[in-house]
Amino acid sequence: MLAGLQRGARERAVWRRAGLTTNYAVAFAVKAVDVDVVAVYPITPQTTIVEKIAEFIHGGELRAELIHVESEHSALSAAVGAAATGARTFTATSSQGLELMHEVLHIASGLRLPIVMAVPTRALSAPISIHNDYSDIMNARDAGWAILIASTAQEAYDTVIQAYRIAEHPDVQLPVMVAYDGYLMSHTLEPVELYREEHVREFVPRRGRRNVLDVRSPITLGAFATPDNYYEFKYQQEAALRNVEGVLREVEADFAARFGASYGPLEAYRLEDADYALVTYGGAATGNARVAVDMARERGIRVGLLRIRLYRPFPSAPIITALAGVKAFAVIDRAIAYGSPAPGPLYKDVAAALYMEGLTVPGISVVHGIGQRAMYVEDFYGVIKMLAEGASTDKVLFLGLRE
Amino acid sequence: MSGWRSLPAGAAVLRPGSTADNITGTWRVVRPVIDQERCIRCGICWMYCPDSAILELKREYTTRGGKRYEVTYEVDYDHCKGCGICANECPVKAIEVVLEAK
Repeated sequence: MLAGLQRGARERAVWRRAGLTTNYAVAFAVKAVDVDVVAVYPITPQTTIVEKIAEFIHGGELRAELIHVESEHSALSAAVGAAATGARTFTATSSQGLELMHEVLHIASGLRLPIVMAVPTRALSAPISIHNDYSDIMNARDAGWAILIASTAQEAYDTVIQAYRIAEHPDVQLPVMVAYDGYLMSHTLEPVELYREEHVREFVPRRGRRNVLDVRSPITLGAFATPDNYYEFKYQQEAALRNVEGVLREVEADFAARFGASYGPLEAYRLEDADYALVTYGGAATGNARVAVDMARERGIRVGLLRIRLYRPFPSAPIITALAGVKAFAVIDRAIAYGSPAPGPLYKDVAAALYMEGLTVPGISVVHGIGQRAMYVEDFYGVIKMLAEGASTDKVLFLGLRE
Repeated sequence: MSGWRSLPAGAAVLRPGSTADNITGTWRVVRPVIDQERCIRCGICWMYCPDSAILELKREYTTRGGKRYEVTYEVDYDHCKGCGICANECPVKAIEVVLEAK
């Protein structure tokens, strides 16, 4: 019944089906939500997003101010200034660009500005790599932004649209990053259903934010806070970020009613009766892990897959629920947290969440796909077998690494 | 003081000109003291003070030698941070810097 209603809604909402890279899908989402200001600085593999947006503006399809700046630090600073006036603002970056933005990331969240930024993720220098992993986003995870990681072009399109509703929600008022695999998704064509823009604009209405810069009613943003008040402002941020999971669910319920799609903070695949679980994020790792799960199921191993979509705030409760019943799990990380107790950043979050709940489910921290090292289905299948045989005492595994 | 729930989001300052509400004089270690007898009302301390903490008051003052002035300069100790720039700039050495804790 519900599925039927959602299908009907989707048929009414879809404008056309197109073959798009995830970057182009993101550009179409930015156009659909009718942003006011786009601050741009090119960096691979992000550049084609803002190139496409520039085309939309030049062709009169989007009425927005395109600000060319001299660095990513300036790109986010321009976005901060624009968002502070109440403008709906977008920017995008990758890799070194995200690192150069780092101090402004904290300013955007500290000033509670609902900027949306797309991050097709890319490995960090040195040595220089233009290829994909998640080192950039993992370095930015504690900057007070909400972080969503998409796994398909369609999901990235939908998530950018949802991101504006989440960012501008009165209980949130925080910037949101929408991340996905650089190259593996950013430059790969997938079928994407684009929505009628009037439907999108109804979904993301302009509500008018409070406390914006306006000469008719002047306020000060970015002032000094003494030790008497600084802590309270930082706690406000933490409290607002924790609201994101509930707001995401609320926003997705409305999105499902209008567009017939929803994802949730995480996605479970064949996990109901599973003895073992793989935990992933992003596109390529999730896709390969899903095939490996199917292979293992055919051979009688009861394994499932948990994909984390909402990374910050960390959705501990549903993750605990999903993993509480398994005998063992492995987290596939696409970044190295150098020198940490475990090398995988997501693994550390999952382990901390389980420990805080008093659970001691055995887990392996797996690193793979660093600098876009090829990840094979067999690699993931091997991890499943390792979990199922229970023979390994390894807690850490660098997959695909040459000895 | 307000708790986290009642402070404005993003540390926004909602009332223009409200900086003077912040009593920054508590940071001071030393205080400038103006000797009204020596002061020649040139206004240099008023001009140089980085915190606008020298007050120019419409108050008459007559020195013991009989010289009459229309205005009096005083230190706003709620906002003076004790940097000593006024004393350094005073051309007649009419401002003395003394330790707060004596």
